[in-house]
Amino acid sequence: MEDEQSFSDICGGRLALQRRFYSPSCLEFSLSCPRITLRSLTAVTCTVWLAAYGLFTLCENSMILSAAIFITLLGLLGYLHFVKIDHETLLIIDSLGIQMTSSYASGKESTTFIEMGQVNDVVINEAIYMQKVIYYLCILLKDPVEPHGISQVVPLFQSAKPRLDCLIEVYRSCQDILAHQKATSTSLEGGDRIISASNRRSHSGMGAYWHRQEDKR
Amino acid sequence: MVLKAFFPTCCASADSGLLVGRWVPEQSSAVVLAVVHFPFIPIQVKELLAQVQQASQVGVTVLGTWCHRRQEPEESLGHFLEGLGAIFSHKPWFQLCRERGSKSWSCKATHWQGPASPAASGEDQVMLIFYDQRKVLLSQLHPPTALPNRQAGDTTASAGGLAAVFDTVARSEALFQSDRFDEGPVRLSHWQSEGMEASILVELAKWAAGPVCLFLACLLSLISAASACRVFKLWPLSFIWSKLSTCEQLRHRLEQLTLIFSTQKAESPAQLMRKANMLVSVLLDVALGLMLLSWLHRKDLIGQLADALIPVADHVAEELQHLLQWLMGAPAGLKMNRALDQVLGRFFLYHIHLWISYIHLMSPFIERILWHVGLSACLGLTVALSILSDIIALLTFHIYCFYVYGARLYCLKIHGLSSLWRLFRGKKWNVLRQRVDSCSYDLDQLRLLVVAVQGLIHLLVDLINSLPLYSLGLRLCRPYRLAAGVKFRVLEHETGRPLRLLMQINPLPYSRVVHTYRLPTCGCHPKHSWGSLCRKLFFGELIYPWRQRGNKQD
Repeated sequence: MEDEQSFSDICGGRLALQRRFYSPSCLEFSLSCPRITLRSLTAVTCTVWLAAYGLFTLCENSMILSAAIFITLLGLLGYLHFVKIDHETLLIIDSLGIQMTSSYASGKESTTFIEMGQVNDVVINEAIYMQKVIYYLCILLKDPVEPHGISQVVPLFQSAKPRLDCLIEVYRSCQDILAHQKATSTSLEGGDRIISASNRRSHSGMGAYWHRQEDKR
Repeated sequence: MVLKAFFPTCCASADSGLLVGRWVPEQSSAVVLAVVHFPFIPIQVKELLAQVQQASQVGVTVLGTWCHRRQEPEESLGHFLEGLGAIFSHKPWFQLCRERGSKSWSCKATHWQGPASPAASGEDQVMLIFYDQRKVLLSQLHPPTALPNRQAGDTTASAGGLAAVFDTVARSEALFQSDRFDEGPVRLSHWQSEGMEASILVELAKWAAGPVCLFLACLLSLISAASACRVFKLWPLSFIWSKLSTCEQLRHRLEQLTLIFSTQKAESPAQLMRKANMLVSVLLDVALGLMLLSWLHRKDLIGQLADALIPVADHVAEELQHLLQWLMGAPAGLKMNRALDQVLGRFFLYHIHLWISYIHLMSPFIERILWHVGLSACLGLTVALSILSDIIALLTFHIYCFYVYGARLYCLKIHGLSSLWRLFRGKKWNVLRQRVDSCSYDLDQLRLLVVAVQGLIHLLVDLINSLPLYSLGLRLCRPYRLAAGVKFRVLEHETGRPLRLLMQINPLPYSRVVHTYRLPTCGCHPKHSWGSLCRKLFFGELIYPWRQRGNKQD
């Protein structure tokens, strides 16, 4: 079962959220980032070539022009392969784990997999980013030493940076699967999950956690 | 409750039979290792499993049945498979089924009704995860946080979810020893069932390694014994040996070679990687050194260098003298402290005069010395670079003295200024504002260059020494050997059928490979990195081009 919705990111660009429902225990979200536009590409190329032409008129060395072409090509390839992310995917498999994949514009994929035993919770967190206050979805990892503590915060969808409405969609589905997993697991926190804010340590500038309060409305 | 079944991709096209593997109750997952084909005698299967269990300390049992049937379902086979559950009782009992030629799989796991539980035998949902058995066997998982208690070797498999799967497959090598050409009582299907993997070169190398290692170990122990003899411990010699970087580099290489050719086998995979890294690094070093040697001799660079050395030294001395004369006057219109000027200027001029006499004295012997030094490149590029660095240090010793005097005075001036600035911020007027002007001997470009070049050569030697080339090569050519984790891909899914996933190995990023397998260097400049070199030059802290014994890190 597949459906697609359109959202916007924090800068106003258009994002597409694709949701694939494989089974009640397996869900995949794919968020595609705004593409590289012809306008920005032309602007950068023109700037570099104008600068090179200016240097050429000063130095009378034609190597500068060919060097500028090389730099533009290599820079574009490097940007597409190392910097520009095309879409980010989140795959949640009940009782196995959560997998995040970032696919770059050149096709390269970088994957991280977190086992379910290490996941404490998935929450929406608030942060100050430059002059804005934004929301981001993150995974809280368990501390091996302290059973209710948190050792690390792993933020999701860092390149796409979707807004709150998109995050809420993803958050709801994640919580459904996590609740289902916690209910059937043989760990100590089976059944009802009681979220106590005192157990959480804030890891951001303005930490505020959105969870059950949203559902209680 | 969703159960996970890890199924090897090589058995996906095998004939029907029994599933053999390990059940991990904490993760509710079953790791299938092989398929036992019909016909078999249950007693023999149980004996084989007991043997494997004893050899590998892994709890291998019969997990269920595997049915790879043609278009027409065979009723008798179905009943037969059900009956097998009674012979090999296992909770839960897996029944995997696949239609030949199509991608539809079906699997169910049933709990047999035991005497204690009154509930009817329930069926659980199963998730199929395919894995490449050969890659998982050869791979080594690098967990993101290595806890200290995980490193301790324990007889049972480790508890972490996917680490348990990797561990089980890696330890069950005893099960994969028989292939289909063996005439054993039980016929198995696994990754090696088409024929055991082996290579003639590897077998020959293993056979030859024993005597070669023994011979080389004896030779190396003789050399170390000779170098440790009492003659070299006398005071002037020991001081010189400790200061020269060539000796340190030779000693480091000797230690590494002793470790590589020691007759003990490596205990852990980390030690094996270290040995392999050292060997590859030594071989590359020697290869580069021989290339350098052939290049030097082809162009007769040594003769040209020896001929050019004396005129260059004379030219440098002349330029330095001109510079000192200029500084002793009124440099750039600045007014200096005359007395201090004259003292320091004459002091440095006398240094230069001594040095020029020394160079002229050495001139007949230069070419021979350089030729013999060039031969040392056979031992490796790093040795050649260390000798070059030592020669530069010896030839420019006078410049180093100037640098020391200048840097110390400059440092004093900087400290004085900073204390005055602190006072100024405290809004206190200090009448005493005399500045020692004549010590503004700015670091001459030449001195700066020489010291910087020496620092760079040392850093280069350290880099060559510590880079783990074998691990990087392994990461490039066989990325599945060094695993940072796994990644999953969901295969074609039909409603009503079980969920099928493909588990692939996620290779370790290059930065982590270098960080994990970095070889320990002789640690002569642990405080030095490229950034600290620049910082020391700017603030006037002294840079010591010779090795300091006290800074050894291991």
